[in-house]
Amino acid sequence: MNAYGLLAVFDTPADAMHAAEKVRDAGYSKWDVHTPFPVHGMDAAMGLSNSKVGWFTFLGGVTGYTSGMIMIWWMNAYDYKIIIGGKPMFSPFFSFPVSYELTILLASFGSLIGMFLLNRLPRLHHPLLKNRKFSTGASHDKFILVIETADPKFNDQETRKLLSSAGSKHIELVED
Amino acid sequence: MSAAVEHSSVPSSVKIAPPPAELEREPLVLHNRSVGWISDHIAGICEGPAPKWWLPALAISSTALLMMLGCIGYLISTGVGVWGLNQPVEWAWDITNFVFWIGIGHAGTLISAILFLLRQKWRTSVNRAAEAMTLFAVACAGIFPVIHVGRIWYAVWWLPPIPNNYEIWVNFRSPLLWDVFAVSTYGTVSLLFWYTGLIPDLATMRDRATNKVKKFLYGFFALGWTGSNRHWSNYEKAYLLLAGLSTPLVLSVHSIVSFDFAVSQVPGWHTTIFPPYFVAGAVFSGFGMVLTLLVPLRTLCKLEDIVTVRHVSLMCKVILATGSIVGYAYGMEFFIAWYGGNPYELAAFTNRAFGPYWWAYWSMISCNVICPHLFWFKWCRENMVFVFIVSIFVNIGMWFERFVIIVISLHRDYLPSSWGYFRPTWVDVCTFIGSFGLFVTLFLLFMRYLPMIAISEVKGVTPQADPHHPQGGAKHGGHH
Repeated sequence: MNAYGLLAVFDTPADAMHAAEKVRDAGYSKWDVHTPFPVHGMDAAMGLSNSKVGWFTFLGGVTGYTSGMIMIWWMNAYDYKIIIGGKPMFSPFFSFPVSYELTILLASFGSLIGMFLLNRLPRLHHPLLKNRKFSTGASHDKFILVIETADPKFNDQETRKLLSSAGSKHIELVED
Repeated sequence: MSAAVEHSSVPSSVKIAPPPAELEREPLVLHNRSVGWISDHIAGICEGPAPKWWLPALAISSTALLMMLGCIGYLISTGVGVWGLNQPVEWAWDITNFVFWIGIGHAGTLISAILFLLRQKWRTSVNRAAEAMTLFAVACAGIFPVIHVGRIWYAVWWLPPIPNNYEIWVNFRSPLLWDVFAVSTYGTVSLLFWYTGLIPDLATMRDRATNKVKKFLYGFFALGWTGSNRHWSNYEKAYLLLAGLSTPLVLSVHSIVSFDFAVSQVPGWHTTIFPPYFVAGAVFSGFGMVLTLLVPLRTLCKLEDIVTVRHVSLMCKVILATGSIVGYAYGMEFFIAWYGGNPYELAAFTNRAFGPYWWAYWSMISCNVICPHLFWFKWCRENMVFVFIVSIFVNIGMWFERFVIIVISLHRDYLPSSWGYFRPTWVDVCTFIGSFGLFVTLFLLFMRYLPMIAISEVKGVTPQADPHHPQGGAKHGGHH
C-alpha cells in the first residue's frame, strides 16, 4: 500500500496548536494542520513565515496604474488627438480616476492569483479528501494534523508515538 | 464563560477576575452554539427541502424579471421615447434607478471590507448576504445606463476603449467614462472578494454533499480547498489585501458616480459636497436594504442565534450615523445655495423644496432625515417589525433623493421657455419594478444554493475557536 501520510484528529484548536508546536520542534517539514477556520497563533505554532501574497498585489497595482496612464495618454494625446472643451490633451488629473480604478482592479486580481499560486490551487484531487475521517472533520469541527510519508524524518512508529503523545485520540494512515 | 480568560503572558499564579456582568459583551453567537452546530445549521438552509414560501416567492420575482425583460425589448425595438423623457428632462428614472441600485451595493462592501479592517467581528454574521446583495444590486444598476443610450448596439464603442469607425477613441476627459471604469471595477472586485470568502464554505458544502452532482459542483468551485493552515495563511493575507483594496474602491465608486453630476454646470449638480454626500447616502441606503432582506430572513430561516438582535441594532446605528450625515448634507446644500450668492443656484434649491416637485422633496426629507432619528431609541432598534418598516422608508427615501437631484435640477432650464415636467410612463414604472424582480430572483437562488452566512468566519469568532479560551481547549495556566 502506498501511504500519503499519518493523520491525527484533535477536538479543540488549543490541542491542535500544542501538537503543532511539538511537531515543529521535532523538525518535521512536510506536514500541515487542517482546520475549519483559521486558528490564530497557528502560523507561529507551525513556524510559518509571513505570507508573500502582498508582492503579487503590489505588482498588479503598479501594472494597473502605469498601463492606465499610458493607455489614456496614447489614445487621447498620441494616436488620435481631439480638442474637447479646450482641455489639455493629457493631464495626470483627468486620467487619475480611470488609472486608480485599474490599479485596484489589477491589484485585486494580483492578490487572488498570488494566493492561488502560493497555495498550488486549484487542485481538484487530493489524497486527503478521499479519507472519510478527514472530509467529515476538517471542514466541519475537527482539527487534523497530517504528516506526510514523504517527510525525511517520517518513521511510522516514531511519528505515531509523537502524535499520540500530543494527545490525539484518533491516528490513522491515509492512502495515496 | 465565567472562568477567567487567561493571557499568555500572565503566569498561572495570577488570577484574573472575570469582568463584571454589565461590562460583558453579548456573544456574537447566542446559546453558546458549537462549531459543528454552525455548519449544520447554515448549510441546512441549502440542504433540506425548500421552505414553503421559497417557490411562490421565486415565481413572483421571476415574473417581475420577465416583465422587465419585456419592457427592455420594447424599449430597444422602439426607442427611448417610450419613457417619459422630454426636453429638458433627458435623464429621469433611468439614471435615478442606476444611482439607487449602485448605492445599495455600497453597504455590502462597507460590511465586508471597512468593518473587516476595523476588526468589527459582528460583520461575520451578515457579510456574505450583504456582499451577495452588492453583486445583485450592481447587476441591476448596470442595466440602466446601458439601455438608456437608445441605440444600444453602438454602446460597445462608448463603453470600453475601442475606436469607432473613424478610429476615434473614447474620451477620457468625461466623468461618464470614469463611471464605466468605476462601476465595472466595482462589480468585478466585489465578485472576486465574495468568491474568495466563499471558497472555504464551498469546501464545507462539498464535504457534506450527499449526491454526486452537488459534490462535483461544490467541489469544482471549492478548487480543492482542504483547510490547510499553510493555505489559510496566504488566504488570510489575500483577504486582508482585498479588504484594503475594496475600501478605497467603494469610496471612489460613488464619488465618481457623483462626478457624473458635479462636474457638469447644472445648478443643483455643480457642488463640491457631492462625493462625500453620495458615499454617505449610498451606505445609508445599502444598510436599509440589508435590513430589509435580513430582518425577515433571520426569522424565516431561524437564524436568530447567528444574526442576533445585537447585529440588527448595530446596523441601525450605522443607519443613524449615515442618515445624520445625509441630513447635514441636505442642510449644507441649502446653506451654500444662499451663502454662495449665485441666483441660479438659489432658484434651483427654492424650486426643489417649493416648486412643482415639492412632494418628492418632502418625501425624501421625511424618509431620510426624520426616520433614522427614531434609532436613537433602543426600543426602536430592537423591535424587528419596527426596524423592517423603517428600512423600507430608508429605501423609498433614497430613491427619492436621486429623483430629486436628477429630475428637479433638470426640469427648469435657464429660460422659462425651456421648462418642462417629467411624468413616467408605464414602461418606466414596469422596468423599475422589474429590476426588483431581478434582484430578488438572484437573491433567492443565492440563499438556496450557497451558504447565506459565512460559515468559517462565524466559527472563527466563537469562543470555541479561540485556542486561548477555556472553551477552545486552553488549559488553565496558559501555554507557549
